[in-house]
Amino acid sequence: MAASSDHAGKTGFRAWLNKRLPVDEFVDSQLIGYFAPKNFNIWYFFGSLALLVFVIQILTGIFLTMHYKPSEAAAFDSVEYIMREVEWGWLIRYMHSTGASFFFIVVYLHMFRAMIYGSYRAPRELLWILGMLLYLALMAEAFMGYVLPWGNMSYWGAQVIVNLFGTIPVIGPGLVEWIRGDYGIADSTLNRFFALHVIAVPFAIAFLVLMHLVALRQTGSNNPDGIEIKEKLGANGKPIDGIPFHPYYTVKDIVGVGVFLIFFCGVIFFAPTFGGLFLEKPNFEPANELSTPQHIAPVWYFTAFYAMLRAVPDQQLGALLMLLAIVVLFFLPWLDRSPVKSIRYKGWLSKTALALFVVAFVMLSYLGLQPANDLYVILARVFTAIYFAFFLLMPWYTRIEKCKPAPERVTYHA
Amino acid sequence: MRKSFVAAALGFTLAFAGPAVFAATEGPHAAWMDWEPGNDVSNIASLQRGAANFMGYCAGCHSLKYKRYSRVAKDLNIPEEQMEKLLLLPGAKKGDYILSPMAKVDGEAWFGKAPPDLSLITRAKGSDYVYQFLKTFYVDPKSANGTNNLALPNTAMPHVLSALQGVQEAKFKVVETVVDGQPVTESHWESFELASPGQLSPEDYDAFVRDTVNFLEYAGEPVKAKRESLGVWVILFLLVFTALAYLLKQEYWKDVK
Amino acid sequence: MSDEKVTADDVDVNRRKFLTVATAATGAVGVGFTLVPFISSWKPSERARALGAPLEIDISKLEPGQMITQSWRKQPIYVVRRTPESVAKLGGVTASLKDPNSEASDQPAYAKNEMRSLKPEILVLYAACTHLGCLPKQYFTVADPTMGADWPGGFFCPCHGSRFDLAGRVFNGSPASANLRVPPHKFESDSLLVIGVDAVQGAA
Repeated sequence: MAASSDHAGKTGFRAWLNKRLPVDEFVDSQLIGYFAPKNFNIWYFFGSLALLVFVIQILTGIFLTMHYKPSEAAAFDSVEYIMREVEWGWLIRYMHSTGASFFFIVVYLHMFRAMIYGSYRAPRELLWILGMLLYLALMAEAFMGYVLPWGNMSYWGAQVIVNLFGTIPVIGPGLVEWIRGDYGIADSTLNRFFALHVIAVPFAIAFLVLMHLVALRQTGSNNPDGIEIKEKLGANGKPIDGIPFHPYYTVKDIVGVGVFLIFFCGVIFFAPTFGGLFLEKPNFEPANELSTPQHIAPVWYFTAFYAMLRAVPDQQLGALLMLLAIVVLFFLPWLDRSPVKSIRYKGWLSKTALALFVVAFVMLSYLGLQPANDLYVILARVFTAIYFAFFLLMPWYTRIEKCKPAPERVTYHA
Repeated sequence: MRKSFVAAALGFTLAFAGPAVFAATEGPHAAWMDWEPGNDVSNIASLQRGAANFMGYCAGCHSLKYKRYSRVAKDLNIPEEQMEKLLLLPGAKKGDYILSPMAKVDGEAWFGKAPPDLSLITRAKGSDYVYQFLKTFYVDPKSANGTNNLALPNTAMPHVLSALQGVQEAKFKVVETVVDGQPVTESHWESFELASPGQLSPEDYDAFVRDTVNFLEYAGEPVKAKRESLGVWVILFLLVFTALAYLLKQEYWKDVK
Repeated sequence: MSDEKVTADDVDVNRRKFLTVATAATGAVGVGFTLVPFISSWKPSERARALGAPLEIDISKLEPGQMITQSWRKQPIYVVRRTPESVAKLGGVTASLKDPNSEASDQPAYAKNEMRSLKPEILVLYAACTHLGCLPKQYFTVADPTMGADWPGGFFCPCHGSRFDLAGRVFNGSPASANLRVPPHKFESDSLLVIGVDAVQGAA
């Protein structure tokens, strides 16, 4: 990039600025100079959308903290105060609560994209791991955020999740007490979760997002064909199948933003509780340590793991299995031994396995929302087995199946 | 891959719309469980009647602790003088929250349980529940206060609207079933019968309850009507923006061959 | 950029420019609308407005020469019942005042007079000094030894030494430039003062 020469002729403020802060150089090298494959499809919207939701959450979160009071006595009332007495407070709060669910929708679709096109494969292992760390941070963020309204589901959700740490041998009981800062979920717990939710974890997420983007810039984006566009360079030294991220993908992502906002605002304005999935009914009652909600379930984005926990008739093993379900995702780059990356060229074994995995995950999510009766527990065991089989059998089925050869050039029809 | 996207989206939708297929049945399904108030929080006249109903029949025991009189007047287009004359509880000022004069300890002493605050009742339990609750009181000599309720069995609340509705009796069918090998006798509700009429006809009582539920739904989320009417404009705006963005994208992508 | 892809021959530059501007402008309008709720959320909430409702003060026990302090909308309010002698003195200090006729000061129209009040004996003031907001102390004693022999009775601000007479009018030589402000008020009856509601013109 001959960035500086491009802007050498600039005068006035822009020249003054660029001499001191490399704005133009950054745009040239990172946006215009970043060549992305031209065959991105609809699945490639969710990365930029995740960033958008993050910004929405930070912005609305800052304004919520201006009115929210993190104490056992005042938290629930202060949320109703925001909903009723702060001008437009209801909109800011609904944006934040809906944003939490949309964050997971977008992130799950983003992760699924990586799974179908093998975006986790070498050389993008670290990109995937950074993404998984983001996912973990997001789970912590969402969990602690859910406690803050101090509704009865907040309280009992916190109770159940914090007690999971009690299953750790030896240190468990002491650890739980330390996390809570009291003998039950209490004011101290709420106050520290507030601090972590609004300061510590968002900082961690912001840092991980930056690292995720830097890693992406280093390896370049994968694409639906799962081939490296950097291997086919044109006369100008740029990938033949690549196009400058700006303007092509910036204008395209704006369309994605528009469509996303239509769905997002549709929920905010017409179904903010989403039938009890995004804001659960018991959470409109204040926390009450004397009464557990009749049917306790985490918010939908955690229910797949919650179903696994309930499927195991042993407390410690259940918690361990839940942990493993997330840990196993970190190893995905090394479990996949297929000669091709994209599902388009993998054999029927991989395709079937992935389809079963999706069914298992969706069904576990559904089962986790339902009361734990015998039939559901059996179903949850079956789907938990499928979930793990998808990963653990991957080295085997990706190696023995017959794949189609990946193409030399990306598939693109203007 | 567009197809797989649609399939995944469909899968998610089905999974969450699925309870009808998978739901575990707890007890027999009775007709009253499907009763719906069919209320509309944008119907100001209904809300005004509901507010009067609430202040007249409920506010003696139940508070709306997040709701100010002045806000009710503003939202429901009730002139302030009229509100001060008709709705204000004794001693209350217009900027006050609607707080019942009943002390918590008194409520506990009289009913065994303090009457709950109703600010969020429709959000925590649903408007349908409140409607069903107010419609399914029936005479039950075994109960301490002489009435019982289908929606909330053994409720501590007496049927305070009995003078309006009249005395309602319930008919039950006794059913012998076997649960876990043990014979169990269950009584299943069949129908209601009005033993003696109240001040209101059944239709008028129904309208009374609908208005009251409507007011409670409004009290649960005062911005609901505004939220939905504003939402239409927001979506329309976003459609225009997205259409422009799409044309822009198509224009630029002409370059990509 | 000198990439052949970017500079295709059949590009309709005008259409491209138009769409870019149209999309950006629409987006800017959207961002503008989005800002409204965030900015509005800083306005006094309904709770603040309810707490800021007019304040009723019973002045039946307020003796001549006494002052009571009350808080209304987070601002201290001084209510003074002046003695007939101190009211009589107000006309005599005009020459040493910065703004004797309250031309450059802030008060409701019905308090824009020599007494700066509705009734001659009752003075109602925002306590905050018009200099930098400290609370002036009461020095009602005529010729108070700390204030000098010609002191007619009034207020003295401990922060920066501003001096005011018993109508809240600022004396020459004070750092403050304007007289103490008068809040909207009216008399419901002889003994009931209401802060926050304007008296009907001419009725008092």
